[in-house]
Formats: sequence, C-alpha cells, structure tokens
Amino acid sequence: MLSPAEIRDLRCVAGMMVPASAEYGVPGADDPAIFADILASLDRDFDAVRAALAALAGGSFADLDDVGREAAMQAFEEQGGTAPVTLMRVVVQCYYRDERVVRSLGLEPGPPFPKGRMVEQGDWSLLDPVRVRPKMWRDAPP
Amino acid sequence: MVDVLIIGSGASGAAAAWSLADTRMKILCLEQGDWMKQSDFPSNGRDWEARRYTDFDLSPNRRKGPWDYPVNDDNSPMKVANFNAVGGGTIMYTAHFPRMHPSDFRVRSLDGVADDWPIDYTTLEPFFAENDRMMGVSGLAGDPAYPPRQPPMPPLPLGKTGTRYAKAMNKLGWHWWPSDSTIATTEYDGRAPCINLGHCTPGCAQGAKASTDITYWPHAIRAGVELRPRCRVREITTNEHGMASGAIYYDADGIEHFQPAEVVIMACNGIGTPRLLLNSASSRFPNGLANSSGLVGKNLMLHPWPQVFGYVDERVDGDRAPMLSLWSKEFYETDPARDFVRGYTLQFTRGTGPVNEAITSAAAGRLPRGQDHHRIYRELLYKRLQIGIACEDLPEEHNRVTLDPVLKDSNGIPAAKIDYRISENCRRMMEHGIARAEEILTAAGATNLYASRTVLNSPGHLLGTARMGNDPERSVVNAWGRCHDVKNLFIVDGSIWVTSGGVNPTSTIQALALYIADSMKQRLATLFD
Repeated sequence: MLSPAEIRDLRCVAGMMVPASAEYGVPGADDPAIFADILASLDRDFDAVRAALAALAGGSFADLDDVGREAAMQAFEEQGGTAPVTLMRVVVQCYYRDERVVRSLGLEPGPPFPKGRMVEQGDWSLLDPVRVRPKMWRDAPP
Repeated sequence: MVDVLIIGSGASGAAAAWSLADTRMKILCLEQGDWMKQSDFPSNGRDWEARRYTDFDLSPNRRKGPWDYPVNDDNSPMKVANFNAVGGGTIMYTAHFPRMHPSDFRVRSLDGVADDWPIDYTTLEPFFAENDRMMGVSGLAGDPAYPPRQPPMPPLPLGKTGTRYAKAMNKLGWHWWPSDSTIATTEYDGRAPCINLGHCTPGCAQGAKASTDITYWPHAIRAGVELRPRCRVREITTNEHGMASGAIYYDADGIEHFQPAEVVIMACNGIGTPRLLLNSASSRFPNGLANSSGLVGKNLMLHPWPQVFGYVDERVDGDRAPMLSLWSKEFYETDPARDFVRGYTLQFTRGTGPVNEAITSAAAGRLPRGQDHHRIYRELLYKRLQIGIACEDLPEEHNRVTLDPVLKDSNGIPAAKIDYRISENCRRMMEHGIARAEEILTAAGATNLYASRTVLNSPGHLLGTARMGNDPERSVVNAWGRCHDVKNLFIVDGSIWVTSGGVNPTSTIQALALYIADSMKQRLATLFD
C-alpha cells in the first residue's frame, strides 16, 4: 500500500500526464474513479512506482507549485531509463479503459470477447502480380 | 515404470506424445504448468490489454506465475519469452506459422557460415504437412517463396491494414503473401472460427488459436497418453550403464517423486532443456548430462526482431483482427550484394489497441503528456502500421545458457542464466530490414516513423542450445534427436536447432518433433543401438 504522501504524489503525476480536457470532454487520469483503478492495478509495478515517486523531487512532488512540478518532471524524464515509461504505463493502462474515455474515442467499452469484431475480407486480386512471380526459394543440396 | 517419459507438454512434447501414442507404449508427460481455460485469457475482461504486462507478460521474470521459473537475462539485450502451462509456449504466441525454407538447412553449403543441418526440408516436408493438419493452419497455396504446400483452411482476411500493405508492396514490386497462421478461419477439429478478438498472443478466449492443449493433447490423451500437470522435473537420473533411468520431480505440493522410465524425451525449450541437462550432472556426467561435446547450453539463438511503425491518415484495423496476417520473403535469401549473409522475414502487423497504443507511442517519444496528449493520441489511435523484421540469428558459442550460481526457482532448483549479444552480421541485417520497412511504410502512406531495435516485450525465441549433428564432438543429439552420450535420451524441442532461420519457429519445432517420434517408431527394435 502506498503511503498517503505517495498517493498524493502519484495523483499529481497522473493529472500531469493525462489532464482533463473540456475540448474532448474527458476526465483526467487524476479523476477519482480512474485514479482508484490506477492504485488498485499497480500489481507488479508497485516497487518501481514507489522508487519513481521517491526519485521525483525527493518524494515531495505534490507539495511543489506548478512550475516546480514541471521542472521536477522534466528532470525525471531526462534521466531516461524505465522509470518514466513505467509511470506512464500504470497511468494510461487504466485511463484508456475508462468507459467515458473509451466512448470519447468512438469505441465501444468492454472486452473483445464474446462479441468479437468484423474485419473486411479485402481484395485478393491484389495478389495477382505476386502469383505470377517465378519461384523465389533456393534449392538446397541434399 | 513407463515406457516413455516426456518432459514438457508444449509445442514439441505434445506432437511427440501424439505421434508415439499409436505404439501402445505406456507414455507419461510431466508438465510443470497447469491446464488453462479459455475463460482465463485476457480478452474476457476489461483489463485485457494491461494483462500483457502482468500475468500474461511474455517474460517469466515479470509474470512470476506459480509455475514459472526465473531466468537471469541481465546480460542480454533480448529477454526470454515463454509460458508454462499445458500447451507451453503455444498458449503465448502470435500463431504466425511460417516453415523454415529449404536453404535454412544448408547454410554452410550455400553461404559458407555456421553448419548444415543433418536433415533437410524434404525429409521434414511430410511432417510439416501432418503438423499443419493437426494444428489447423489457415493460409493460401501458391506462395512463390516456398515449395508447394496446401494449408487446410483459407487465409485470415486482408482487412484495411493488409490492403494498405498489399498496395505498397505491389508499388515496390516486392513479394508479399498471406501468412500461414494457426488461427482457425473455419470450424476445425472442435475449434470455433476466429471472431477477430485481436488479442491473440496471450491466449484465445474464442478457442480459434491453436495451442497444443486443444489440438494434440485431446487426441493423445484419448489414445492413452497420461499427462500429469503441475509436476516440475529437477533432474534426469542415470543408471550404472550410463542410460537414463527416469526423472526426479516435485508435485504441486512440493513433494519429491521419482518416475522410472525406459526412454526419456525432453521437450522443455531452448532454455529449459539445457538447464535440466546441466542440473542433471553426476559423477558419471560431471559436466552435465549428454554434454561430452561441451555444447549443452551453447549457441543460443534468440532471433533479433526490430519493429518499425508509422501512422496513416485514416483509421485502419488496429487490434480488431489477428495481429499478423501477411509476410514478405523478398529479403529472405542471401544476396551477395548486401553486407550480410542470410536474411529475414518481414511481418506485417495490423496495429494495436487503445492502451498499448498509448504505452508504446509514449515510450517511443511519439505521445506527450500534458494538454497536447489528447490531440496527438487521437491522431495516432488505430492509424498505426507496424512491421516486424524476423532476423536470422546465427549460432555463436559465446551466446549460451548456464546455471546461475544464486538464482533458484520455487522448488530450489538452480535457474538458468543467459549470456547473449547480437552479432555484427545480424546488426547489419537489422539495419537493412529497418530501411526496407521504412520504404514500405512510406509507400503505404505512413509518416512519423519510428524504429525500435530491441523491443519492449521482444519475442526471444529459444533455439540452438543442444544442437543436432552427425559428429558427437560437435553436437549433442544425432540426426534423429537421440543424445550421442545417452542412447535412451531424446530431445525434440528448439534446442536441437543448428541454425535459426528467419522465421517464427513453432511450425518447424513441431515438424521436427513428429519426425523424431516417427524415427523412433521406425527403429523400435534397435532404438538403443
């Protein structure tokens, strides 16, 4: 379980990564329902997230003002490695399964099974120029 | 006592078990994983994409399931991909099913590198066909890149993405063809046809994707083979004659058992097999079982697999159909005009889903955080075209599997450690493939291109670590899978590969297993001579 301070920091990070948008009519990743999903889904990333939060401004990220947060985040990202990727992943893997967000993308929420999807067969006559090519494989000596 | 003990129930173990079942011998398979159910697979739930990074991650080190064993892959730019369950790696694969090509078996004769295999394509051809029938392959006859073959089901749909690729390849004048795939396009041997769940790799909730738990195993079990899941083998034992006498294993409760056997067949993949052989060292075999050549664990081949993606100006198929449906063999065979030998397959990927688009495009620096995130994300979603480059990896002895001195699995069995680096030949091949993929994507109308050389969750096929050959000093098993040193010990998995080809290996692994099982049946009276 993250500490209250770590939870506050992570929520700030989530909101900075994917902020709410009136233009697209979507919540931010710091939305209560989405953030609850993020917290509940840390799973194998728990230790890595804790370490990343500790590396962000020494663990007091949420106490910084907007300018300070942006500077700390940029410095963190410029260090590279897997930590920024991990933080982004734990945020977006929950954000982009939120029903409100999925609908805003013109998609139907929910898992692929059992409904499945349709895909067009396509025009197989496109293969005609390939069909007439001479054999391409090399004969191999026995 | 059983007549035949098979260790591992994946691609090769299942095929061997089914083939040997008609001998009426008493056959037992020990599998460290458990049976999977279609309801276990991610596409049943709203977290289907995220589970590719948790309990259905390709890497056992991240997955950490109850049946997984750790692999120290710190000293490798590529990571190990496997799955431990009844069906093994066929639970966790894309179902892309190319065969090796005839030239792949003669790389020394044709190209002056590595070694020729002691068998050839013609020898395997009937077993390829039998395996296509058992696994249920969809595809299209007439591909000029291969000797004639007849997939039993029609190909996967071309779709919008495939149409883009097809037109681009025709514009460039380059070969393309619908892939052989083990995704059912019609009802087949009790399997339902594909309904485009699109998330094929971590198991198919529809049951359209072939995995050996739903293909070979039902037939083998009906024929009398016993499959005992949740049993992890610690070592293969030998007797005073230097023959394998059975195996010591732990059951699901951690209780140790000894299973005596007349014949032992290893089907544990290119990491698991050398690990088990090395863990089976004894006073008679101090360097590991069947290792008088010193080659057990050496010549590991992982298939470097760059990916190049870009974005078109309309929504295409994304994850709304099987991921792979087309291949190109335009650059498969050696061309002396290039600065590398051997070649690669281009694999045309449809795209990816909403979560994975965000994860991978952010990791590639294509998707920012902050206010621009939403606008740019909408420019990317379902507009991705992605090409994978399946590079042939040649054998090098410094690429190897050893036993880690510290790391152990949950039963206390020493874990495998891999040391691997990508060769210069392969690096040149990768760059050539990346440049060609960029040409194709550009011809398909894609922009904003990005190339990744070692990909997040790259496949890491496991090949070559107990190679076959006629010379006992330069190989571990003979031309029909029998260990040179232990005449009742056979290996049927990818560890016996001499070279890797530039293809996904499952089809050839299974054809080899069927061939070895058939060779055993032909020699039953003289099997140990």
